[in-house]
This record gives sequence, structure tokens and C-alpha cells, in this order.
Amino acid sequence: MTITSHRGKTRTAAAPGPNRRRRDPHRLLRRLPGHICVALLLIVVAYPLVWLFLGSFKTQDEFLNGSATALPESFTNFDNYTTAWSSVAIYLRNSLLTVLPSLALIVILGTAAGFALEVLVWKGRQTTLLLFLADIMIPGQMILLPLFTVYFQLHLTGTLWPLIITYTATGLSLTVFMMATYFRAIPRGVFEAATLDGATIIRSFVSIGFPMMRNSVLTIALVQFFFLWNDLLIALTFTTDDAQRTVQVGLLNFTGQFGVVEYGPTFAAICINVLLILAIYIFLNQRVMRGLAAGAVKG
Amino acid sequence: MPAARAAAGTGTLTKGQLMHSVLGDRRSVAILLGPALLVYSLGRLVPMLWSLGYTFFIGSVISGFSWAGTANFGKLLDDPALPTALWFTVKYAVVITVGQVLVGYLLALLYVFFLRRGGAVIRTLVFFPVILPTVAVALLFQKFFEYAPQTGPVNALIEAFGGTGVDWFSTPGNAFLVVAMMDIWRSMGFYAVLLYAGLLDIPDEMMEAAAMDGASTWRLIRSIVVPLSLPVLVSSLVFSINGTLKAFDSIYALTGGGPGSATTPLTLYMYQTSFAYGDYGYGSTIALTLTVLCLLVTVFIFRATRRDLAQG
Repeated sequence: MTITSHRGKTRTAAAPGPNRRRRDPHRLLRRLPGHICVALLLIVVAYPLVWLFLGSFKTQDEFLNGSATALPESFTNFDNYTTAWSSVAIYLRNSLLTVLPSLALIVILGTAAGFALEVLVWKGRQTTLLLFLADIMIPGQMILLPLFTVYFQLHLTGTLWPLIITYTATGLSLTVFMMATYFRAIPRGVFEAATLDGATIIRSFVSIGFPMMRNSVLTIALVQFFFLWNDLLIALTFTTDDAQRTVQVGLLNFTGQFGVVEYGPTFAAICINVLLILAIYIFLNQRVMRGLAAGAVKG
Repeated sequence: MPAARAAAGTGTLTKGQLMHSVLGDRRSVAILLGPALLVYSLGRLVPMLWSLGYTFFIGSVISGFSWAGTANFGKLLDDPALPTALWFTVKYAVVITVGQVLVGYLLALLYVFFLRRGGAVIRTLVFFPVILPTVAVALLFQKFFEYAPQTGPVNALIEAFGGTGVDWFSTPGNAFLVVAMMDIWRSMGFYAVLLYAGLLDIPDEMMEAAAMDGASTWRLIRSIVVPLSLPVLVSSLVFSINGTLKAFDSIYALTGGGPGSATTPLTLYMYQTSFAYGDYGYGSTIALTLTVLCLLVTVFIFRATRRDLAQG
């Protein structure tokens, strides 16, 4: 009895819909449209990326005189990558130097604030949480001009500081909100017990609250990483010369640098950008998908 | 904190008092919340209010500011470029939102009804473009749809079928079409996963019962799946429109707002006004217009959906 009901449940969970129940000879034929849809979907998603990768090995002559869909003549010709790397390396360095410190600040400050808003008891915490939420309404364009003025007056333009500060402020809103939600799920008894044992609240946070949140912190850091790494608007506004360009801004100016469009190096530069993200995605794809979906539902 | 020590030493405080004094300690609140609140306020809230102040000035940080009264708002009403940008913003947001959610929903249905084993691999693959940098995707699409000097795969395909290649970025309609295709391409996997999770929440018994009664797949989708996944559909729409109204990166990187200003939304118009023409006052006024538009749309959606839920 239990076994049948269990079987039934897993079967329906795996395959809702009526097709499953009829297994006649025409089944394959009936499923053909579905197979065609899936095949089309895979082509639409994967082909542009495959084409990009193939292009990164082509010479300028192959681009201009060859067929767009042809394979490159050589897969071992890394000239395009060498040319691209000479400028992309600086962009990558700038991106890392702005995104990683911002991420660390966002995670530490955001988790502490989430803890203070959810575990501690004080008047006005509901209002403060709403204050953090208000950010979702504000388009990024609203904050650019005043910040640019301040950074200019403080002589910070020409450094990476404007990006780090703006990124941290931008990432906090969602992080604080999500961390507060996660802390809500932890039984208060945990922190009360620590208090009875004589721990100060700061100590509770450092040795219990933050370590407990390791998993959530990693997910949020990952989501924020993609937001910051892929940012164009803020980086475009606050970088004034080539030495501070992040990957995205640098990539946008890449073609202009040579006057004529140099297809091979441009493709290689885009490819480096894509492969980097792919490397992260291969290991953490389930976490990325869950994290982004959670961010959307809460945001 | 001193309270905790006192309690441990003398044992005169009750547990409740102890909790109140420790978990309600103002200094701890300040230490934990203070830095985040400070950075957030200085980096987001103050600039937002400051930006409102700029709407009464003319000039920029380099040329200096001078008082303009309500001149910027007068300009807003007379500016012929504003209705164009406003209209493009709305058109873009509506078309892309509907496209993203619709294609995402069709994919989610495909995931639920057709893919069983192996579905996870396809879901993961289709999701990949979501996290790709917009600039990388935009440059890729530029080359993919290129007309000259290189003939991109799309034009090569058209020519292979005997058609003539199209210069996609030279007419407003075609440029918009490529922007739309790109934005749907890179976000459909996200909405598919979001809506797929919603579809999995539909009780199996309902599907079973309907299938027993001999309902066809289409009938099943129309009478059971769609009505029951309405809440998650609505939240996808809200999320999508909130993002597309503020879209900047994809358009800036793909068309740069052109041809002419045919694909220039408010976000891009604000950026050009402020940084290309150095007019912070009018730039802030355009940013304010965008903010008001976002607020109006959000309020409208909330009221509309609340009425929907009340009826259903």
C-alpha cells in the first residue's frame, strides 16, 4: 500500500501530463513536435555562442572574404587571443579590483545589518527595513549626477574608489533584505541560549550568526558578483580614462581602438569574457539559478 | 553587555530582562546596522534627494551650477525629443516584458510537459545567457546580424534562401527587432526557470483528475495550468517591467540609441543629456520623469492585480 502510493507520487511528480499514460506505437510520432521544439531551442541558445567561439580563431581575411558559417582554418592559431589579452588583462584587473572588495563589503555589512534588523529587538526596525527596500523603486540614473559631483570634488575621479563605493551602496539593498529573510527562519532560541551563556550580541553574530549563514552568504555573493561584474552604467559613468576601464566598458571601446573593426581580437575578447563566466557556471550552476530566482521573487 | 555580566554574577535579572537588555542593546544595533545604513544612505538615498535639487539648476560640475527655477520643467514640456524617448521606453518595456514572460512560459510548459529526464541539463543550458555580460551579448548580436563588411550568419542564412541581406541597424523597426530578440534570448531561460518552479506547485491530483476525464493537453493547459499559475505569472510580469523600464546596458551597447534617436529610451536620453551635453539639471529632470513613470506603473500593477485576486 505504502509502496504503490509512493510510486504513484514519484511518477506523477516526474511526469505530470497525460502523455505518460498511453504507450502506443504512435508515441514516438506524437512526441516528434516536442523533439523538434527542443532541438530548435538548443540551436537558438547554443549556436550564437558556438559561432562566437569559432570566430575567435578566424583571421581578418576569413571574416571579410569567407562564409560566416564556415569553420576557422586553424584551431591552434591563438594570435587573436594574444592581441586581445594585451588590453583585456588590464580591464580584468580593474574589474577584479573593484568587484571583489565591493562584494566583501556588501556581504559583511549586509549580513550584519540583516542580523540587526531581524534578531535584535528595537523600535523602528520595520521602518528601516522598508527604507532599504525603497531602493528597488529608484532607477540607477537618479544617483549618478550627485555622486559624480561628489567624487569629482573629492578628487576621486581617476581612481577605482568611485566604483567600489557605488557598487557597495547599490548591492546593499537586496542583500540586507534577503539576509533579514534568512535570519527570520532561524529559531530565536539559538541566540537566546548564547546570551544566557554570557555571549555579547556582537560575539553571537561573529561566532554563530555569520557562520550559520555561510550557505546563504555564498549564494548572495554569487548573485551580486554577476550584477557587479556585468554592470555597465556605473562603470561607464565613473571611469574617465582607459586605465580604469572595467571589462564591460573596455570591451565596448575595444573595436574603436584599432580604427577598423578587427574581428578576430574583438571575438577573442568577448570570448574571454564569456569563458570566464562559463567557468564559474560549470561548477555553481544550480546555486546560480536558485539564487537569481530567489532574488527575483523577493525583489 | 554589562547587563549580561551583571546577570551572570548576581543572578538578579530574570531571563526576559536579560534578553531585553542584550538583544535590545542600542550600541550593538549601532555597530551592526550603522555601517550598512551609512553607506546605503550616502550612496543611494542622499544622492536621490540631491538629484531632485538639481532639477532647479542648470549646468554641470565642470561648468558650475546656476539657479534655473522651474525652467527645466518648462523645457521638459517643450522638448520634442522627450515624447519620443518616453514612447520608446513604454513600447520597449511592454514588448520585451510580454516577450520575455511569454517565451519563458512556453519554455516552462515544455519543461513540465515534455522534458522529464535530461530536463535539468537543458534548463541549465538555456539559463546560461542570463548571467552573460550584457555588453558581450550585445557585441555578439551586432556581429551576428551584421550586414557589412562582414556578412553575419543571419544575413548569410537569408541569402542562402535566395533573399537579400538586411542592414538591420539602419532602420528603426529592424533595430528594435534585433534589440527585442536579443533581450528575449538572454532572459528567457530565467523566466522559464521562475515559471517552471510555479508550475511544479500545481497539485498533481488536479492534473490527474483532468487527464482521467479525458482532457486534452491543450485543454489541460488552458483550464488548469494557466489559471493556477496566474500568481507567479503576475509576479514575473512585475519583475520584468520593473527591469525593462530601466533598461540601459543592452540598448547602449547594441544600437547606441540609433539609428538617429529611434531606439533611445529615457535612461539613455538622460545619460546623453547629462554627460554628452553637460546639462545635469535637465538630466536630473529626465531621471525624475523616469522615476515617476516607474512608480506609476508599479502602483497601477498592484491595484490591478489586487482587484484580480479579489475577483478570482
